[in-house]
Amino acid sequence: MTQAFTILIDAITYASWLFIVSLGLTLVFGVLKILNIAHGSVYALGAYAAASFVALTVSLGWAPGFALVAMLLAAAAVAVVVGPLLERTLLARFYGQDEVLLLLVTYALFLMLEDATKLIWGVNPYFVSGPYQLFGNLTLPGGMKMVGYDLLLVALAIVCGLATWFGLNRTTGGKIVLAVIHNPEMSASMGVDIRRVYALAFTIGLFLAALGGAFTAPMISVQPGLSVSVIVVSFAVIIIGGLGSIEGAAIGALVVGLARAASVHLMPEIELFSIYLVMAGVLIFRPEGIFQSIKARVI
Amino acid sequence: MRRSIAVAAGVSLALIAAGSVMPKWLLFLATMSAANGLAVLGIFVLMRGGGASFGQGMFFAIGAYVAALAPQALGITDAVLRVGLGTLAAGIAAGIFAPLLARYRGIFYAMLTLALSMVLFGLLSKSGAVGGSDGMQVAKPTLFGSALPHDKIDVLLYALTVVLGMLAAWGVTIYNGSVAGLRAQAVRGNALRVEYLGASARMSLSVSFTICGALGGIGGAITALVLGHVEPNFTDWTKSGEFVFVAVLAGHHSVAAVFVSSLLLEVVRSFSNLYFPHTWQLALGGFMLLVILFRPAGIGSLWSGWFNKRRAEVKP
Repeated sequence: MTQAFTILIDAITYASWLFIVSLGLTLVFGVLKILNIAHGSVYALGAYAAASFVALTVSLGWAPGFALVAMLLAAAAVAVVVGPLLERTLLARFYGQDEVLLLLVTYALFLMLEDATKLIWGVNPYFVSGPYQLFGNLTLPGGMKMVGYDLLLVALAIVCGLATWFGLNRTTGGKIVLAVIHNPEMSASMGVDIRRVYALAFTIGLFLAALGGAFTAPMISVQPGLSVSVIVVSFAVIIIGGLGSIEGAAIGALVVGLARAASVHLMPEIELFSIYLVMAGVLIFRPEGIFQSIKARVI
Repeated sequence: MRRSIAVAAGVSLALIAAGSVMPKWLLFLATMSAANGLAVLGIFVLMRGGGASFGQGMFFAIGAYVAALAPQALGITDAVLRVGLGTLAAGIAAGIFAPLLARYRGIFYAMLTLALSMVLFGLLSKSGAVGGSDGMQVAKPTLFGSALPHDKIDVLLYALTVVLGMLAAWGVTIYNGSVAGLRAQAVRGNALRVEYLGASARMSLSVSFTICGALGGIGGAITALVLGHVEPNFTDWTKSGEFVFVAVLAGHHSVAAVFVSSLLLEVVRSFSNLYFPHTWQLALGGFMLLVILFRPAGIGSLWSGWFNKRRAEVKP
């Protein structure tokens, strides 16, 4: 029972940051129809930027609580700098082209951002464990302990998910984005500035990736190689859930979190590939993910 | 047909003759790029048939590990037999997964192949019998019952790679012009229309995938013999991503472009490693972007356009 509870806690914690990152990926795919491999690199940029910003608050002697604000600002700064730059100067040239070609454009970006990160922050690891200790440990019913920061991460994931859903479904701007997703040409003919919508959606998507990176930075050693593992796992999440679906990203993150936590605790030897086994298993029974959309067949 | 055989034989002889005077580093580079080119040729066939695999590394690794294990498991040391076994194993594995994958299209096809290759990556990394994540050493090959002389082994393996590469390229050219090959091209255009016309799009995609896997196996087996080492990274998604990149770099116009693109990537990678040791990925990524930006139809379109123009001039 205790082990099951531990697996569940681990799974939810893992799923929470993974959901934030995957939410950005699925948003970008939903609007721009790009499966962005460089999303993992932006996650890494968020983690590095957070490490620098938190170190700055420490050196300025600010109260430890400001570290959380610094992490949020770091994610925003990464998204504002990188998002419009990549979207306007590069991706905009490839809209409407073959999806494999677009995938390769983002693969090339991923390679470039890997080295750009090393050039800026070097190859030595960064540790910013300060924020992780801010909330201490919580005692759960049954005497189980949970790190307070993990709970913050879960809350942040819920807030991000709800805000994105609310923004898309209950605001005028969101409805314009949905219209663009449904039919870009018709939206453009109705006066919607498609380029602006694409740039905004891409930047928000990258913000979510950087936010995921910034808030996991206190839990890990920030070092080169972060992006590679994250991108494939977040691909798995949105493929399991169904591309372009917020609910799908949430369920996908939970499924991946549970698969990983269960394998770590019960069968460590399959940890490396448990996520891919689950992904293959889901796709066999639901070929386009759990929340698959219905598409018209074109003859 | 006779003309194409003569051209293939002539080019093979010229490449082998060039190999005998190449410096050792260039010989290694050319052999590795040709081996990778064979795996990319598989992607070329699959993409022409309507699929896009991000799991070609799986068949590359199967071919490599089978060629590596053949001496100790079966007592087979001959290079040709080991490459044959690697090809057969990869082809059979691809044939098993092909009907399952044929239900999928687009990005889901790519992701399912990626998942399968990463499962193999995990299995190989955790399996002590094949060296785990460190991989394993590969015994030196013999050729037609004779041990290869130490100073000639590189040239002989290069010659073998050229011959196999030429045979594979010739085979793929013939397949592309056959009914099955043309049907595969139609499946890429519109699978549903092909089904309505009475042919099986799934069967066609399965055949393309099996050929793709077998070609990946040849590339992997040759790599194992040339490199003398196999490791789980052969089936990592980044390796498969590189194969897809080279296939896109080559374009769908020309089989020869596959090998030219593979060589080009290896040259860029080697020189980036040499001159920008800490930023070679930046250089490689920049190169990829430039190619995609300025030659989106692939470098094969450079000379296929010229040939088409000449044909049009000859036959008004």
